[in-house]
Amino acid sequence: MYHTKTLSQLSAMLEAGEVTSVQLTEHFLKRIKDHDGEINSFITITEEQALKAAAEADACRKAGNAGPLTGVPVAHKDIFCTKGVKTSCGSKMLDNFESPYDATVVEKMQQAGVIMLGKTNMDEFAMGSSNETSFYGAVKNPWNTKAVPGGSSGGSAASVAARLAPAATGTDTGGSIRQPASFCGITGLKPTYGRVSRYGMIAFASSLDQAGPMAQSAEDCALLLNAMSGFDPKDSTSLEKDVPDYTADLNKPLKGLKIGLPKEYFGEGLSDEINTVVQKAIEEYKAMGAEIKEISLPNTHLAVPVYYVVAPAECSSNLSRFDGVRFGHRCEDPQDLEDLYKRSRGEGFGDEVKRRILVGTYALSAGYYDAYYIKAQQLRRMISDDFTKAFEQVDVIMGPSAPETAFNVGEKSDDPISMYLSDIYTIAVNLAGLPGMSVPAGFSNNMPVGLQIIGNHFDESRLLNVAHQYQQKTDWHSQIPEAFK
Amino acid sequence: MSLEADDVKKIAHLARLDIEEKNIEGYASSLTSILDLVDQMNAVDTTDVQPMAHPMDVAQRLRADEVLEENQRENFQKIAPKTEDGLYLVPKVIE
Repeated sequence: MYHTKTLSQLSAMLEAGEVTSVQLTEHFLKRIKDHDGEINSFITITEEQALKAAAEADACRKAGNAGPLTGVPVAHKDIFCTKGVKTSCGSKMLDNFESPYDATVVEKMQQAGVIMLGKTNMDEFAMGSSNETSFYGAVKNPWNTKAVPGGSSGGSAASVAARLAPAATGTDTGGSIRQPASFCGITGLKPTYGRVSRYGMIAFASSLDQAGPMAQSAEDCALLLNAMSGFDPKDSTSLEKDVPDYTADLNKPLKGLKIGLPKEYFGEGLSDEINTVVQKAIEEYKAMGAEIKEISLPNTHLAVPVYYVVAPAECSSNLSRFDGVRFGHRCEDPQDLEDLYKRSRGEGFGDEVKRRILVGTYALSAGYYDAYYIKAQQLRRMISDDFTKAFEQVDVIMGPSAPETAFNVGEKSDDPISMYLSDIYTIAVNLAGLPGMSVPAGFSNNMPVGLQIIGNHFDESRLLNVAHQYQQKTDWHSQIPEAFK
Repeated sequence: MSLEADDVKKIAHLARLDIEEKNIEGYASSLTSILDLVDQMNAVDTTDVQPMAHPMDVAQRLRADEVLEENQRENFQKIAPKTEDGLYLVPKVIE
């Protein structure tokens, strides 16, 4: 059936006239209706708009104007503003918010002919690693519904893993694409900072946030990244750099590729079984002619502490816009302006968001700014310099995406620190602004394990090539959870 | 670094964030454990290290001072909690 096909296969079927966009869209909408009750991966389903857009895509194809993504259905993380459609960011604060405009990512994908199936569930304001902080309830992992899907792009990851959507968009501030991709057994790519426009993507930590594709294969990610990336004058940190065709290098042989394995990513805290899976993937690369080199990223242990200053500081500043005045939640009967601000924010935000606003406010407050924020920025440079040195010796860096497989719902929700540590291998990549991927590499206790591949700035083509070649030799990426076949 | 209930109240006020009295202690303890984690930063000497505010070393882009967007006040105010005559309404600030 259609849902067992990759995005690239569906694109070929549309091109060959074997299926119409309306048929595909109806199929996936029906799957969402039949199965999403089990995993809660969607917040909004945009059935009417999707069917209308699909009919238009079919007409466009008939007229001979179709591109590779024309008529392909995709789900968007509910962090992207979608005109006239509820955009909640997983928060009560925006439960009543219909965006008056489209995010650039949404607009670009629409122009490429992509059909939006709906908006996926996520940790509130993307703050979380388990999707349990959503106002709309936890998302369940399709491989085991007692387990979390990871976060913050948990709904996107779960919907793709359960084949309720062929692919989805996500965002990654500290691992929010790669960690859920790893937990759900799908392929996710966080591009170089500045590669994809942040306009209309609700801001969490502006110097770290980046959008990217979540799909079944590297080939699918390449197709989606072609449509998502590019310079946008509406984003002041968007980079004026040409977008290559990300599918062009997929088939390049890997002979002579230099892979660095940071010893800090294979030490204490990593589960033995995950280590075994990752080592097996490395063997596969050796067999393809890659050279393996042990490297060191000596400041790895500082990434989580630095992140929990930088991200909350930027979040406390970004989230000050939610004040109950112009849009979003407003409390009943405010006594005065201060009461309006305080109660609207107190009622609208959940626990984890409040915690991070408080940490950020504290770190930025008079007398503490140098000790926390400046110190963290200095260490951020040291972490980034580690990668610069590493990329003088190797082409890509590999390691696990997460120290363990998906944990159970409720297991870490009362312990913020242990939750934060589940992003230990992904956070440094955001601090340095580098591109990173998570690729399915096997299973541990019947739960998926992700291999992380990190590249130098703007080296997405190489990452996709490296991931695609692995997926030509293995079939971990095409496994579907039994209940969703 | 340990935060007390009074510290949390002060920070919550700075953030204009209402925190229920019964939850103050909980925040004090979770904030303290986050600051303990963050304190690992102090073990490293960062003298002479240039702070890194951004992953990319680029200058702020400027554009010509031209009007590019049209006024969409009605459109934007449709989603506002309370408006009147094109203005956003809040409780009286000056008597």
